[in-house]
Amino acid sequence: MAESEHSKHTIAVLVENKFGVLSRVAGLFSARGYNIESLSVGETLDPSVSRMTLVVRGDAFVIEQVMKQLHKLIDVIKVNDLSEETHVEREMLLIRVNAEPASRAEILRIADIFRAKVVDVTAASYTLEVTGEESKISAILELLRPFGVQEVVRTGKVAIARGPKARLRRVDDKLGKGTPARAAAQDPRVIGFAD
Amino acid sequence: MKLSGARILLESLKREGVDIMFGLPGGAVLPIYDVLYDFEGIRHVLVRQEAAAGHAAEGYSRTTGKTGVCLVTSGPAATNLVTALQDALMDSIPLVAFTGQVPTHLIGNDAFQEADNVGITRSATKHNFLVKDGNELAATIKEAFHIASSGRPGPVHVDLPKDVLVKEWTFEYPDKVHLRSYNPTYEGHPGQIKKAARALVRAKRPVLYVGGGVISADGSPELFELAELTQVPVTQTLMGLGAFPMAHPLSLDMLGMHGTYYANMAVHHSDCLVAVGARFDDRVTGRVDAFSPTAEIIHIDIDPSSISKNIKVDIPIVGDCKRVLAALVAAVKDEMKTYPAGAVREARRQWSEQIAEWKRDQPLRYEWSDEIIKPQYVIEEISNLTNGEAFMVTGVGQHQMWAAQYYRFKHPRMWCTSGGLGTMGYGLPTAMGVQAGHPGKLVINIDGDGSFAMNSQELATCFEERLPVKTVIINNGGHGMVRQWQRIIYKERFCAIDLGPSPDFVKLAEAYGCTGIRATKPAEVVPALEKMIATPGPVVLDVWVSKDECVFPMVPAGGANTDMILAPPSRETRERAARSQTGF
Repeated sequence: MAESEHSKHTIAVLVENKFGVLSRVAGLFSARGYNIESLSVGETLDPSVSRMTLVVRGDAFVIEQVMKQLHKLIDVIKVNDLSEETHVEREMLLIRVNAEPASRAEILRIADIFRAKVVDVTAASYTLEVTGEESKISAILELLRPFGVQEVVRTGKVAIARGPKARLRRVDDKLGKGTPARAAAQDPRVIGFAD
Repeated sequence: MKLSGARILLESLKREGVDIMFGLPGGAVLPIYDVLYDFEGIRHVLVRQEAAAGHAAEGYSRTTGKTGVCLVTSGPAATNLVTALQDALMDSIPLVAFTGQVPTHLIGNDAFQEADNVGITRSATKHNFLVKDGNELAATIKEAFHIASSGRPGPVHVDLPKDVLVKEWTFEYPDKVHLRSYNPTYEGHPGQIKKAARALVRAKRPVLYVGGGVISADGSPELFELAELTQVPVTQTLMGLGAFPMAHPLSLDMLGMHGTYYANMAVHHSDCLVAVGARFDDRVTGRVDAFSPTAEIIHIDIDPSSISKNIKVDIPIVGDCKRVLAALVAAVKDEMKTYPAGAVREARRQWSEQIAEWKRDQPLRYEWSDEIIKPQYVIEEISNLTNGEAFMVTGVGQHQMWAAQYYRFKHPRMWCTSGGLGTMGYGLPTAMGVQAGHPGKLVINIDGDGSFAMNSQELATCFEERLPVKTVIINNGGHGMVRQWQRIIYKERFCAIDLGPSPDFVKLAEAYGCTGIRATKPAEVVPALEKMIATPGPVVLDVWVSKDECVFPMVPAGGANTDMILAPPSRETRERAARSQTGF
């Protein structure tokens, strides 16, 4: 394994939409001592398949093991490290922030700049909905902090490969070497998957 | 056809070719036992504790090549079974384990004898199922057998709520399984195999390092052919013993923590190490950065996640060991048309001389005594008397390592030991399963006094079920391996290891209706072993051995394999061991 830095990887996992799959994936991470930074799950166009988006931090060695171990789970259909290719990532936040009369206008201006929506208003607070990538999310949080942020709820990241060939590749660790995505790219049996 | 869930289960087992299962009834599985009452074609072996059902299924499976089956009830029965499942998972033994569950409407209700079975076994199995809809029962069983026995084999657990067993469902047993998410790779990549053949033929100091995967894949004939063809020496892991005959001049015997000097030295100095169906376990590698530092490593394994997990691999080949070895033999034959060159021939001649010298200088050895029985001697005599033709099972501890070192293994699938998990108490129940699969054959369980006592209740099963297992207890009156570590690494601060003279194993055997024999002097060993083999029915031979005997060579955990301690340690080696002690 080439020495490499710890970096964040966004991994897309297609799984059978069955009872217990989430705990299998979560259990794998706790049993093997890997850390999940975020995890989001949802149905795909095919209701028998769910898609998980995992954000994991680790060096190339750890990420390769994470991918292989995920692939080893019987209910896992496909695994893809999106960080190895161009992709789009988004996360949604709901932020409830103090909104005193003196600061209400300023908060709305910030929301406007970040294309955030006000989804709830009370006499003393605004609740904003904001969507974006990591840098945008941290910027708006930073700007709202002085007003007093009451609560933040995050969805965790979702990600998708860029078009037009936006599809998941089958990661067959046949060669068992190199970075998993590269191995997948060399695999002649790349299978398209529409989601 | 409409059948009760319980009958669907047994009919499905029959269609999977199951003719024996190991189990213990209880409330939640009573509907199954009710059908079993007059069900023909499946023998049920009643064990005395649920873990024994799992271990017996392991022994049956490892020695027959078929998938082992066990059946226990809900709650405490399922939790007792967990140890055997984890054991089978770590040693890649195909099992299908059925547990009872409270009725579906009571699940999660903290009902009597309820446990979250699938939640508990999730990480101890290759896969598990909770069957909530009886119409899916037959298909689930088909999938369970398929998953257990294909790819890297392992245990699969199926949890059966009582109402699913009682109600009637449509029964149609599927012919085929299709799992879009599970397609193990069997054929090795031809390019990788060619690369491996080139490296192997050009290597100056090659070694084959073979593990249990060769046995699971029945790859011994191909391994033998490859070794003979290339004249590459072969070392075996604990799980791999029997894959290659130890009497063969190319055999380096076992490697690793208690491996031979010559195996560890050969692996350390090798320039091309071919790992086949082995997973670079910490008990094999010692300190990983000091393991085989100069070798180009070729790794053949069916499980992609085993590759480059512990040791960086240069030429990985994912596939079934038998098929890959066969392809490798063909590729090597091709390669040998032009190679090896003269320089390689000369280097290989020097390499075999070097190995012969290591073997001559540091063979396995122990000091003989006329007064007190040496455990190694007992194993040697078992090996002589059986000529390597008996089924051998062990518990876990010093006796296990002596058995691995001093028994001359000849054939695959005749050796069962708890390698990965190191489960004490594994011996007797596993031997029962082996015996059930091989009626009329000699099955010997070499056990320790501590290990045997953990499942000695199974003597009752041996007696009742007519399973004439012969147990040899290497009795040193304590937990010998722990004693050895406390002696060598913890400055002789012996703590919680003495088991004293209790129980009297001869009387214990007799209490269960078995025969008890005792040997206390070296001269009594051979007559006692002969008597044990000649006595019909289950026998326990209690051999009182030297208490202070240690297993050598020994690599202290976390040490490099070249840091082997070869003889009883001096103060200096003890301190060296303490310093290199970074593992566990």
